[in-house]
Amino acid sequence: MIKKIHRRAVVIGGGPAGLAAAIAIHDKGVEDVMILEREPRLGGILNQCIHDGFGLTRFGEALSGPEYAGRFIDLVNEKRIEYLTDCMVIGLTPEKVITAATREGLLEISADAVILSMGCRERPRGAMSIPGDRPSGVFTAGVAQAYINKQDLMIGKRAVILGSGDIGMIMARRLTLEGARVEAVFEILPYPSGLPRNIEQCLNDFGIPLYLSHTVTRINGRKRLESVTVSEVGPDMKPIPGTEKIWPCDTLILSVGLIPENELSLQAGVELDPVTRGPVTDENCQTSVPGIFACGNVLQVHDLVDFVSLEAESLAGPVKEYLDGGLPDCRIPVEAGNGVRYTVPRRISGGKDVTLSFRPSAPMREVCYEAFQDGRVVSRLRLKKAVPAVMVHMDIKASELRGEGPVKVVARIEE
Amino acid sequence: MKSEYICTVCPNGCELSVEYEGETMISCTGNLCRRGFEYAKSMITDPMRSVTSSVLVEGGVMPLVSVRTSAPVSKKRMFDVVDVVKSMKVKAPVAMGQVLCENVLGLGADIIATRTVEAAEK
Repeated sequence: MIKKIHRRAVVIGGGPAGLAAAIAIHDKGVEDVMILEREPRLGGILNQCIHDGFGLTRFGEALSGPEYAGRFIDLVNEKRIEYLTDCMVIGLTPEKVITAATREGLLEISADAVILSMGCRERPRGAMSIPGDRPSGVFTAGVAQAYINKQDLMIGKRAVILGSGDIGMIMARRLTLEGARVEAVFEILPYPSGLPRNIEQCLNDFGIPLYLSHTVTRINGRKRLESVTVSEVGPDMKPIPGTEKIWPCDTLILSVGLIPENELSLQAGVELDPVTRGPVTDENCQTSVPGIFACGNVLQVHDLVDFVSLEAESLAGPVKEYLDGGLPDCRIPVEAGNGVRYTVPRRISGGKDVTLSFRPSAPMREVCYEAFQDGRVVSRLRLKKAVPAVMVHMDIKASELRGEGPVKVVARIEE
Repeated sequence: MKSEYICTVCPNGCELSVEYEGETMISCTGNLCRRGFEYAKSMITDPMRSVTSSVLVEGGVMPLVSVRTSAPVSKKRMFDVVDVVKSMKVKAPVAMGQVLCENVLGLGADIIATRTVEAAEK
């Protein structure tokens, strides 16, 4: 028998985005809000991110992941916000009916508003088609992190890391401190995909080399990984024949990108952005399905949790407004132009000031981002340097906008 | 002497150009804030880093409690601190913020728990 209940707002996912969203929605006076979490405890990925550096923007101190999550979990408990753990959402309809598998059986919740905060997944080996054998010893960085930091399991003694994402670099440091040898990090792109500070404190501090424009072209080993073959890649990102080199190792860590987890969004008919692979949203974090909102890594993969919290909190006002009778139309499209990979949001109303987030398409120095509407500059942002690893935030004032013409953001290199 | 550093204090990752003589800093450029200036000074004298790891827990709902140093310690001593952490064992319950080792190796920082681990029900 399926238990059926109703809630005004349901938050799917109790990680940093979901926690911040639920607290902020509760603070707006919507007390009938419920968090659904798949894991046995709240906190999401922060529970395994035991390194520090979280909360510098928000709290002005360098906290570890569990501490950062702890501050929000304490608030959830203080405010007596309802949550369910060990609760896996398996269905979501456009009418906002949620089906969840819980310890007590199936639960059906009809919600007036749904907040998607399911986070993201790692790109696995299968998504990269690296040729070779299928031995044990190949892990994604997050899985390696969970084994070491949550389950007290050491994964290997001699590691090679593919991809210069932040988690990969953080695992390079963690493995080294735990007594393993990390031979090198290989990155297919000509520039690093993680934050500069992580190259410094996770690689340079330990003398771990980072090879740009290199990739693993073969995985070798019968039972356990024995080595990887690494090749240089050309400007077309294709391996250059004759550059192959064998790197003996028993562990390969993949840190090759994160993909927003949108299986449920698709079920509900939410339109996804082909670049971010998260929902297309308006300035209210509302998706293409009215009453379904999205925030955090399910919307766009962030580099800093502080910004995840801010994004999640920003939807509380709009959720309340939606529940109280509806949100204004957002008819002005926002487009990514030259030098800009994407923008979030993709639609704005022109009725209020907004902050756009986007990523540069390549590293740039002395760059000026300009937002145009009908040939007029409506916002300008100058940066000394911009890299794809660091998300850019650009404010647009409603008073600068006229009519419903599209706003386009482009990068211009300053002479 | 001139050196280039990437500041690790915050995610801005400022690129610092530092001019120094021995352990005296003559100039520092590229930093967006005062903390970058202090970071540059420490880089030419004694670079400091926070250490994060985990400690074995007995009788807890999970096998490990995550820990960190309450303040950065000398980068040269990171592995010594990790050795101390590896030799430690604590009994559940452990509270977030609890000091598990005071003034580790006399470096002026404590090892503190960064999460709560409840005792397992018997």
